[in-house]
Amino acid sequence: MMLKGRTIMKRKTVLILALTAALVSITTQAAQEQHFSIAGYRIGPYAAGGSGQASGLEDYLQLINLRDGGVNGVKLSWTECETEYIVERGVECYERTKKNATTFNPFSVGIAYGVIDRATADKIPVITPNHGRTDSTDGRVFPYIFPVILNPWSEASAIINYLAQRAGGPDKLKGKKIVTLYHGSPYGKETIPIFALLAKQYGFENIQIEVPHPGNEQQSQWLNIRRIKPDWVILRGWGVMNPVALKTAQKTGFPTDRIIGNVWSNSEEDAEPAGQAAKGYISATTHPSGSHFPVLQDIKRHVYGANKGKIEPQRVGSIYYNMGVLDGILHVEAVRVAQKKFGQRALTGDELRWGWEHIAIDDKRLDELGASGLLQPIKLTCDDHEGGGAVKFQQWDGKQWKVISDWIQADRKLLRPLIEASAEKYAKEKNIKPRDCSKE
Amino acid sequence: MDFFLEVLTGGLLAGLMYSLVAIGFVLIYKASGVFNFAQGSMVLFAALTFVSLLERGVPFWVSFAITLLAMIVLAWAIERIVLRPLVNRPPITLFMATLGLSYIIEGLAQALWGAQVHGLDLGISDEPLEVGGMLLSQFDLFAAATAGALVLVLSLLFNKTRIGISLRAVADDQLAALAVGIKLQRIWMVVWAVAGFVGLVAGLLWGARLGVQFSLSLVVLKALPVLIIGGFTSIGGAIAGGLIIGASEKLAEVYLGPMIGGGIENWFPYVLALLFLLVRPAGIFGERAIERV
Repeated sequence: MMLKGRTIMKRKTVLILALTAALVSITTQAAQEQHFSIAGYRIGPYAAGGSGQASGLEDYLQLINLRDGGVNGVKLSWTECETEYIVERGVECYERTKKNATTFNPFSVGIAYGVIDRATADKIPVITPNHGRTDSTDGRVFPYIFPVILNPWSEASAIINYLAQRAGGPDKLKGKKIVTLYHGSPYGKETIPIFALLAKQYGFENIQIEVPHPGNEQQSQWLNIRRIKPDWVILRGWGVMNPVALKTAQKTGFPTDRIIGNVWSNSEEDAEPAGQAAKGYISATTHPSGSHFPVLQDIKRHVYGANKGKIEPQRVGSIYYNMGVLDGILHVEAVRVAQKKFGQRALTGDELRWGWEHIAIDDKRLDELGASGLLQPIKLTCDDHEGGGAVKFQQWDGKQWKVISDWIQADRKLLRPLIEASAEKYAKEKNIKPRDCSKE
Repeated sequence: MDFFLEVLTGGLLAGLMYSLVAIGFVLIYKASGVFNFAQGSMVLFAALTFVSLLERGVPFWVSFAITLLAMIVLAWAIERIVLRPLVNRPPITLFMATLGLSYIIEGLAQALWGAQVHGLDLGISDEPLEVGGMLLSQFDLFAAATAGALVLVLSLLFNKTRIGISLRAVADDQLAALAVGIKLQRIWMVVWAVAGFVGLVAGLLWGARLGVQFSLSLVVLKALPVLIIGGFTSIGGAIAGGLIIGASEKLAEVYLGPMIGGGIENWFPYVLALLFLLVRPAGIFGERAIERV
């Protein structure tokens, strides 16, 4: 009886030890993975943008795992939520996934705004390439928010610089009429003050016209535009608003090649549904479309070759997809940079924040990454969380985008004092003491 | 003055596009007293099915026929699975059922065909026509003619055919219709199938204008004030309501918008609809409910 009891005890001890060992093994494995949280949207009204970006990001991370065995042996992993672009779901996604996450990717201005305070408290970097809150460029006040590559104000400035180039110089903008047709949302309204400032600087007439969400009816706005007879229309749209704008411009007789789309009105999904009405349409982009870049070829070979791709293969190389790939490149670069300082292991969110703030990708590095011509050289610092600030312009030929300009830089010197003033106002409201970046 | 007329005409033509969606609501409400919130999802489902077939190389009219068949099957399934078990339930229960149905159809459409944006070219030019100094959209004129043809066909169906007379009988008094041997379930199935056909036509026209994408299901938001103003039981009312909403929202956006910050096109029709509700709750052509108390 005693013997039987001892045997049972032994078995129990062995079982507990085995379970503990398994648990430790799982925890260690998890600790050896660099984990990211992605708030995607593959269904709903903005699925084209959400599915393209999330897939580009995840496919690049998968490429690093499959081709390189991770970053210095540390595997990359991620959790993707389905938010349908709804802010509450995005915030819920953040809360659900934050335990293991070392970055959060909202893919939405609304969701980004919703998690700023939470992510700052949790020390998790929030990555908002080409979107987000403009003044979060000031890393002194927003240490964990990264509107990398291009913030909305830089985008507005770069578009005006392009129009100045087309006119023959900034002084030639004087007296021109420029209409901005914007989406009736915080995203759409983000650039209203900056266009007012640029109009004052260059002397053009600045006319802002709102299109109520979702933008599936724009007859009155375009009739107004026809009456105004502007030299240019800047389209600051999103989703269905973009093809409807192009179609309505055509039926009200406004020339398509005088419309300049912003970086969220520049995808194949914006131009294709408009058919012939989109031919000649120009838009700004931080990256060209196309899958001929070596990094894209590697994704096709290693990820899609292994049947592990996240999207229909024909969408690899689209504007939205390539945006996600750029996001992936920056994520991996941040991990590499941070590993050099903190060691070749899975890093915490705060350590990774340091990595993001020390990303420096020059032409040589772009070449090594297989992304020459896909991404602009970029350098992030403690007080500059944007880093790039340039766009190229592309024109729709009826079937695909053709790049028609070199990199056009935003006037970042003009914008910086405004960004700092806005960030400092925020810091005052929230009782935040800005960091001293000389000590970082 | 020319500009005013241009805005007005553009608004009237846009309003007819709203009417196309509103007619689908009217059909179902007339025959069953159900406010079918899923009409927008049916528009999306029809357009997505059609364009997906077209992209797979199926000829235009074959795609149209297959999609129509799919809409009939959908109508049959809705009648069998959702409506039949809910017979004699209060209207709010049926409304909630169609609300749920709306999400199910949206999900089903995206699960079957994906959430990608598709272009749809019906071969109708959208180059503007200049008439008396005004620019008119050829596509909008075509859509207006389609709406007119649809009203004519539906009027003939309701007034000149046996099935139409049964539909009217059910609309007037379901119990009396049952008493004279009209099969309520069959009528509901037919009316949902006709609403599916109207959804298909609306889906093609709206899809050609917006691109076939999820946002198509949001066009119902434009149809609601049309129904409040025109009345829930009149196809003619849906046309009149569409014209009133289309014209007034465009004129308001252009002339009133700049005074109050712009972007009023979405909510102004609802202001108008609320005013109508206060003065004429059944809408212009709607049937007034007369009850013995």
